[in-house]
Amino acid sequence: MQQIVKVKNKKGVRVIPGFGLSMGVTVTMLSVFVLIPLASIFISAGQLSFREFMAVVVSKQVLSGYRVSLSCAFLAALVNVIFGLILAWVLVRYDFPGRRVMDGLIELPFALPTAVAGIALTYLYSDKGWIGSLFAKAGIKIAYTRIGITIAMIFVGIPFVVRAVQPVLEKLDIQYEEAAMMLGAGKVRIFFKVILPELFPALLAGFGLAFARGIGEYGSVVFIAGNIPYKTQIAPLLIMIKLEQYNYADATAIALVLLLLSFLLMLIINSVQLYMQKFSKG
Amino acid sequence: MKKNTAYLLILTILLSALASGCGKAPGASSEKGGNREILNVSYDPTREFYAKYNELFCAYWAEEHGESVTVTQSHGGSGSQARSVIEGNEADVVTLALAHDITAIEEAGLIDAGWMEEFDCSSSPYTSTIVFLVRKGNEKNIRDWDDLVKEGVEVITPNPKTSGGACWNFLAAWAYWQEQYGGNEEEIRNAMKMLYQNVLVLDTGARGATNTFVGNGQGDVLIAWENEAYLAMEEYPGQYEIVTPSISILAQPSVAVVDSHVEEHGTAELAKAYLEYLYSDEAQRLAGEHYYRPSNEEILQEFSEQFDLHMNLVTIEDFGGWNAAYETYFNDGAVFDQIYAE
Repeated sequence: MQQIVKVKNKKGVRVIPGFGLSMGVTVTMLSVFVLIPLASIFISAGQLSFREFMAVVVSKQVLSGYRVSLSCAFLAALVNVIFGLILAWVLVRYDFPGRRVMDGLIELPFALPTAVAGIALTYLYSDKGWIGSLFAKAGIKIAYTRIGITIAMIFVGIPFVVRAVQPVLEKLDIQYEEAAMMLGAGKVRIFFKVILPELFPALLAGFGLAFARGIGEYGSVVFIAGNIPYKTQIAPLLIMIKLEQYNYADATAIALVLLLLSFLLMLIINSVQLYMQKFSKG
Repeated sequence: MKKNTAYLLILTILLSALASGCGKAPGASSEKGGNREILNVSYDPTREFYAKYNELFCAYWAEEHGESVTVTQSHGGSGSQARSVIEGNEADVVTLALAHDITAIEEAGLIDAGWMEEFDCSSSPYTSTIVFLVRKGNEKNIRDWDDLVKEGVEVITPNPKTSGGACWNFLAAWAYWQEQYGGNEEEIRNAMKMLYQNVLVLDTGARGATNTFVGNGQGDVLIAWENEAYLAMEEYPGQYEIVTPSISILAQPSVAVVDSHVEEHGTAELAKAYLEYLYSDEAQRLAGEHYYRPSNEEILQEFSEQFDLHMNLVTIEDFGGWNAAYETYFNDGAVFDQIYAE
């Protein structure tokens, strides 16, 4: 779908200047901020023998940490996909007073320090808080349970889905829908057969980003989770615990597995997207 | 276009110079006369105390030596503060929650061995203990450790794996049941397990736990530093009560000069004086006013109305020192992990 604009003409002179400089900046930035820190994780985890490494990452407490992080992040990403789509739809398709303000609000979870978000959410959702007390009457506890963890992850993940879907939705030509309607398709059918397939890659990308963010989220979750081992202890907290005990190698071992999981997830999502694109073209 | 590139180059150089300048720790430029600087890396609940103490010390130093001194404070969980020093935070002095964290810095080669003998009272200018903070009226009638394991009692205490204060809490509880069960390890473990089953939220630090209990209204009882408990009482008058258990532990926050840093900064004498002055009558009184128990017996007596001086307090030595305590209770796979794994 995309075309890379050729910047070289026959003489080998680039039409748009600055390739060397911008490429240099790109490589430097990537190295300094992404590649070197990531490599240091590998090196640090490399202090462990394979057996020690496995002993750390398959210990019961660590496994339960992964389970809590993954299941809550998955659920949160799923909720985000549904509500993110509705939010994006409302923001793109309707015009109403305050739309721009609402649009700006979506980004707030990005800007807000996660600790502040965590403290505020805990305050609201604890059984003494405004929202939490309503649920407490029904016997549902939110803060200090996995539900609370999921809510914090929904909070930090929602902008990813909205911002991924919005531009695609904006470009989606309304004529397709009109044509489908003329051909006699019902509203539900139009949504599932015309709109959703177009949005699917963007939704998937948003899902992946929100999911990965949830897996790694520490700042806000740690306040609303009860942090009870085997129940509400997330994997990033286990990393912190290892660090507090000056156990750097173990901490990086846990981090490495988290990293690989996230990477695998992104890889799968990208492949699905690629497949979808081919499929829709063919 | 060339001009633009040149500007960009200059900008890049300037920016990187700026970045490296920011990396310089405070105190690094303190060698030159005039205004001298030291950095005190401390733990969470001492924030208010050291803010006042720094004023006191600066006035004292200005009078004695005619130099003005700036003390920069840094606060956080004791363990993570120690880690930040090991990882390159250029502290001149550390004033942490437990000796174990300072030992970790010593093991990293930054503090000379024997720091515990450098100042009086094992380098603990003030002490504290572990008490219970309950809500006004004490509905669940909590009087002692036994009451914490009763069904339906919700306890708030931080995780000893991330919080120095929580280690004191754990050991104080252990000491109580040790006495009760005459050292029968199985029964002690059982009681500890019941205690932690009643724990509703396991925060990562002492301040976090206090916030959970006070701010979010969770739990019936907070196991807390005595000074934190008093601070909560002061901030929310009439809402809480302090209950002193029959047995608790003498918590000894430790202080030390970071030898290799003060050598570099040329602040050895100043840093030493800063910690020594903690033992002066004025500073001891100030510690008492901030609900720390002064190590000076006479001044401690001045606060006899404030503190319950008849508590039965065990010390970390009863557990064979911090290294032994960590090995037995807090390291990976040790008692604390077993309590949750069983």
